[in-house]
Amino acid sequence: MSDTQAASGSEPAHTPLHDLHCALGARMAPFAGYVMPVQYPTGIIAEHLHTRAKAGLFDVSHMGQAILEGPGAARRLETLTPGDIEGLLPGQMRYTQLLDPDGHILDDLMVTRLEDEAGRERLFLVVNAGMKAADFAHVAAELPDLDLAVQGDSALLALQGPKAAEVLRRRLQAASAPDSVVQGLAHMPFMSSRDFDLGCLRLRISRSGYTGEDGFEISLLAGAAIDFAQELLAEPEVLPIGLGARDSLRLEAGLCLYGHDIDRTTDPVEAGLLWSIPRRRREHGGFPGAEAIGRAIAKGPARRRVGFLLEGKAPAREGSDIAAPEGQSIGRLTSGGFAPSLGRPIGMGYVDAAHAAIGAPVSLMTRGKPLPARIVSMPFTPHAYYRGP
Amino acid sequence: MPTTHYTKDHEYIRVEDDAGVVGITDYAQSQLGDVVFVELPLVGKMLSQGAESAVVESVKAASGINAPASGDVVEINRALEETPAIVNEDPLGNGWFFKIRLSDPTELDGLMDEDAYQDYVKSLE
Repeated sequence: MSDTQAASGSEPAHTPLHDLHCALGARMAPFAGYVMPVQYPTGIIAEHLHTRAKAGLFDVSHMGQAILEGPGAARRLETLTPGDIEGLLPGQMRYTQLLDPDGHILDDLMVTRLEDEAGRERLFLVVNAGMKAADFAHVAAELPDLDLAVQGDSALLALQGPKAAEVLRRRLQAASAPDSVVQGLAHMPFMSSRDFDLGCLRLRISRSGYTGEDGFEISLLAGAAIDFAQELLAEPEVLPIGLGARDSLRLEAGLCLYGHDIDRTTDPVEAGLLWSIPRRRREHGGFPGAEAIGRAIAKGPARRRVGFLLEGKAPAREGSDIAAPEGQSIGRLTSGGFAPSLGRPIGMGYVDAAHAAIGAPVSLMTRGKPLPARIVSMPFTPHAYYRGP
Repeated sequence: MPTTHYTKDHEYIRVEDDAGVVGITDYAQSQLGDVVFVELPLVGKMLSQGAESAVVESVKAASGINAPASGDVVEINRALEETPAIVNEDPLGNGWFFKIRLSDPTELDGLMDEDAYQDYVKSLE
């Protein structure tokens, strides 16, 4: 996600679920050019804990959705990203980044290979709301031989939490989905995607999310979104969850927020995203900044993204200077806040590689005071992804 | 009967005997959301009206709390250290922040009374 605001003077846009948020009593605030629910009357901490315990429904329709289509689409997209796109089978998805010529991160995104249509490769891209115009312009300009169809008439819902699979199965059964469809959904592993055609309702469902929990992201036509969201909310396990809890959930899960933890000044190596660059891409390059990233891999990055567990109760916020025990500055906090599942403050940020050892004590400078913290491995709360039967 | 005065920034000061009890209003706590930490001034600190005197940390952000009137801090609410959520549950009662000995009670004349504050909150909604 990104917090980049729309150009000043322009009215923020509404997602297809806007009226539902208002009816549910959400506190709405501008975010990435949209008016979005920050929290519902439930409150951020309760929304967060509910998602970890049962299931939460998030409106993420502000994110950019597009289909990139044409001969060799996967091979072509690899010229913009360091991920293994060619290796995707239909129905598989990957996390990757759009890079600039220095290997810095223009945005991070999810890429799903859809079933081919008439022999043409099709990739479904989901990008950050605040970056979508720039991302799609970049992809269209760099890959003029492909067709990029922005899905402006689609909504995107995320259903996250340990009860998400059960809830979604129940909803599909209620919509008279055949048993084969329901079984197919149950066995979808993390980072897979399937299209479900229920006659009056077409859903593109992936097992993915931004909370660290099992869960799904569901793309559907804007016109069908409110009804479907209300059906999910009618299930006893489901509460609506706002962007406030979305942020605290992803921070506990150790996941990067674009515009904060990664941006055009960071590269995937120092950001700890090397797992998303497979050996084939490291060896053969062919993506923007491949040489710079190869050097960073060989030498080790000058700084690293790490997690922090604070000793006290006062949270440290983004932008806080990070100091070593001897007092010198060794980095900067890029996300910081209260972790409801842990009942204490946490953060993530970049520190000089020489000071990035797990367990090392640091001070997070907040309002002129040093808040004691320790470097810890992430995630802060274990991931609960469904890996398959 | 103690009188409560309000600022446009949603702090209150309730004058009891010779001390003023300072906190944030119900509207303020509802806007902030879940309070997870309150940084209070040190007892004995001299505060001037309008100067930052405390910081409230919600899940999302830190917010500065300004002194509604000048005076020196005579007591702080230590219960907030363990249970900052009292600010959400009972902002006008057990969720108070600190008490000051007023150095210039005429400063209170520039604040809103209960009726004026309720009208002010309505104008914001």
